[in-house]
Amino acid sequence: MAAVMEVRSEQVAREDLVMFVNACFSCTGQREFYGDARGQSVSIEFLHQYILGNYRRLYARTLAAGINHFNQAQIVLNLLASGSPAAPEDREEEGALIAATLRALPPPRAFRVLESLRARRINNRRARAIVREYLEGRADLAFDAVKYRSKLRAAVVHGHVKLPGELGPFLIHGWKKRTYTQPLLEAFRQAHYTQDAVYALPYTVAEGLAAKHGIPRDVFLQRIEPRLTPAERLRLQESAARDGGKAPAVDLERAPLTKLALYILSLKQEERRTRRDALHTALERAAARVLGRAPVSLGRVAAVLDSSYSSSGSLEKRRRPLGVALAAHYLLSAASRDYRAFWTCPVEDVVQVQARGQTDITTPLLEALAWGAELVVIVSDGYDNDPPKAVAELTRVYRAKLDPARRTALVHVNPVFDAEEYAPRSFGTAVPTVGVRDAEDLPTVLGFARFAEGTAPLSELEGYLSARVRGLRERDARRRQRDAAVAAPVEPVVAEEGEG
Amino acid sequence: MRDARLLAKLEPAGLRLAPSQVWGGIRLVPVLRDSVRDDLRFNRRTYDDHLTVVSLEGELKAPGLKYCTYVPHGLVVTWGQRQADAVQGTQLQAPDGKRVKVGPFSVRLLHRMVHREDRNQLRMLPLHLAMEGFLALHFGGPDVAWTEYSREALSHGLSPRIESAVPGWASSALDGALRTFEVHERQVGLLLFNADVLLSAFVVSHPDDYRVLHRTLLEDFYGELLLQYGFLGAAPELGLSLDDARISSLDDLRAAVTRMRDDWADFHAFMAGGLFGTDVTSERIYEAGPFLLQRFHTSLKPSEENHLGEAIVRDDGTLEYLKTYRLSAAQTRRAYLLQQLALSGWKLEGAAERFNTTRDDLVLRLRNAGFGYLLKEHVLEEATRRARRGR
Repeated sequence: MAAVMEVRSEQVAREDLVMFVNACFSCTGQREFYGDARGQSVSIEFLHQYILGNYRRLYARTLAAGINHFNQAQIVLNLLASGSPAAPEDREEEGALIAATLRALPPPRAFRVLESLRARRINNRRARAIVREYLEGRADLAFDAVKYRSKLRAAVVHGHVKLPGELGPFLIHGWKKRTYTQPLLEAFRQAHYTQDAVYALPYTVAEGLAAKHGIPRDVFLQRIEPRLTPAERLRLQESAARDGGKAPAVDLERAPLTKLALYILSLKQEERRTRRDALHTALERAAARVLGRAPVSLGRVAAVLDSSYSSSGSLEKRRRPLGVALAAHYLLSAASRDYRAFWTCPVEDVVQVQARGQTDITTPLLEALAWGAELVVIVSDGYDNDPPKAVAELTRVYRAKLDPARRTALVHVNPVFDAEEYAPRSFGTAVPTVGVRDAEDLPTVLGFARFAEGTAPLSELEGYLSARVRGLRERDARRRQRDAAVAAPVEPVVAEEGEG
Repeated sequence: MRDARLLAKLEPAGLRLAPSQVWGGIRLVPVLRDSVRDDLRFNRRTYDDHLTVVSLEGELKAPGLKYCTYVPHGLVVTWGQRQADAVQGTQLQAPDGKRVKVGPFSVRLLHRMVHREDRNQLRMLPLHLAMEGFLALHFGGPDVAWTEYSREALSHGLSPRIESAVPGWASSALDGALRTFEVHERQVGLLLFNADVLLSAFVVSHPDDYRVLHRTLLEDFYGELLLQYGFLGAAPELGLSLDDARISSLDDLRAAVTRMRDDWADFHAFMAGGLFGTDVTSERIYEAGPFLLQRFHTSLKPSEENHLGEAIVRDDGTLEYLKTYRLSAAQTRRAYLLQQLALSGWKLEGAAERFNTTRDDLVLRLRNAGFGYLLKEHVLEEATRRARRGR
């Protein structure tokens, strides 16, 4: 009897963890096509509290599982809010994980975490040490002090951090009271009085000051262009073309895969048609770059990609499900020996795909199975309505009758979190479902799929997580070494990561 | 000779049903058309007036019979070859009727429910056409001057005859359902179920027109069951299962999925059985080339589910346009009362016999149904008094 209970409790723990990690892959607390933002955030918050309360060590280790930035930030905050663990080795590991995660997060997100410490009234010794260590590791604090002024100030005041040089007076005593020798700080001061100094500032700060000076939008956009980050360039394409007459040059070769896919989907059909070759090669290069960083090689792969109307996402996540499908298409085609894509609404040219029509997964899935794929990856939000719930039945019968030996592997990758189920919506039990936010995570997510299937035991999942923890800590150590090697602080390349 | 296009029984000829999509209590069933012909096109014309007054007879501002309501949009129908392209979207809106300012409100005066605007073009007010037909049932009032009827009833008939309906946006579930609905490639229509009760059917001729008109369903009006049954729980998301024993290859699986689709279509056709396949009484409205615009209503028996609507039928019997409205129980009862009164020559005693009741009871029923204004005051009072004493 005790053994049975043991087995059952292990099974529950495994299911809970898989559910949580899966949720952390996809959920961002934002509105989805079928679910509202409120439901999403309530649902994910509950999951965080539940796992933190019951499986603290694994909760911390989830930080290394390759989950999305939103959930990394949430975990960091929740861990800091609940004090440090009793065992010294746990304490050491957790602290290292939090610090490494913060360093790896895009700066806007990391600073948001620091600011939230104040909002959530988290102020213990560990939290202060984490803040201090993060700020010490920043390459150019003066830049941060200008770009993330209110957030840095909040962190400094809340965490009693002493800042070197002119930063203290700049942030705390009021920037108006003196002139600065640090050029960026001085430019910030001057920009309040002269128009020319505005253009030495980061775009987000300069924008408000430009409005204050009444600089015409087109002039401003033209002159600030060299200061734009790649993400800002992508974001400004349309509005700058409208207001400034010319869109800022965007380097398609450097844009990350999913961002690029989302950018392409935001273009009009004619533009996509005329620039088709350029966009196509850019996507291919981006996919190759992802694979260069994390090599994967797959055999004969079929992708069933959902381009139904619901993949248009929501106001907050415009076309994200479709963007993930498009990016996954390029990534898989680059990673596999033999590849074919099956869209729910067949398209002649993938670059021109649109979110349109009903969700009929069965037809492309049957075609993919008939083609003889070794691995079928379904990228869909999990709502199949033509006919409803047919995929669950189809895959169940397929596994039971046609492929009991599992010659063909089926994986469902879902970019949408379903708040009511506390998990990405699944196609029944025969297909493991994993969440995903960026298509770049696809290799990680596919590696995780065997846990979602429910066959691997808890010990294996724990082993998987601790291996990922080791990987994260090694990467972090390398990053710190590299940062230390750079003697003179250079202006950091700010990778802006907005959710949406 | 009877025109074959005039509906006697509503048959969805040339149409096919696809599996439903559910949101809350609302179930939307797509209607698909396999052979699309490009010679009957619909376009939307929006009106943003607080009130619309349609003159049913006589000139626009002359005294006469009027239909007053809120009309958010009308439909512009064009038929015939090749003109459709020129009309789609590119047409400048010709002034339709007249706009009058009444204080802060604007009132639009329109000429007729169906108005011919060009050689091959028609403006119609969707669903209002059918509703007007319903209101006009026995509108003339008593044709024999029985002493019980008031002077107004004898000289003006049922005027003013009023019915109320529920706008689509009153139900947030309908808004969500229409927003998240995924329009099929060849979809030309929609069946709208609330709590799995058929509320409305909407079919047009061309899929592109349907895409344009999909969101207008939110502005249309529906029977009050939209609100009443809106308080019930969510409609179940059904799922059919496949039979393992019959499957031994991928082709079997494909065939099984096709069968599943057919089962869905049959099931939805069964759910819509109160409208499709029932006998209807229709009235011809307008003949446009090979098309016949008509309005119809079902039996109006209180024991059955009753719909009224309008349709366009092609000369080969294809249903090209359909829009229906489900009557509420009270509306059906009113129509039934009037029908029976008219059948017995408006004689109260005769009608009471038809209802198997007494004359006083019939008088009270008329009053409760909102037709008290047809009868003289003392008749009503006597009936009320006797009923109270009887108790």
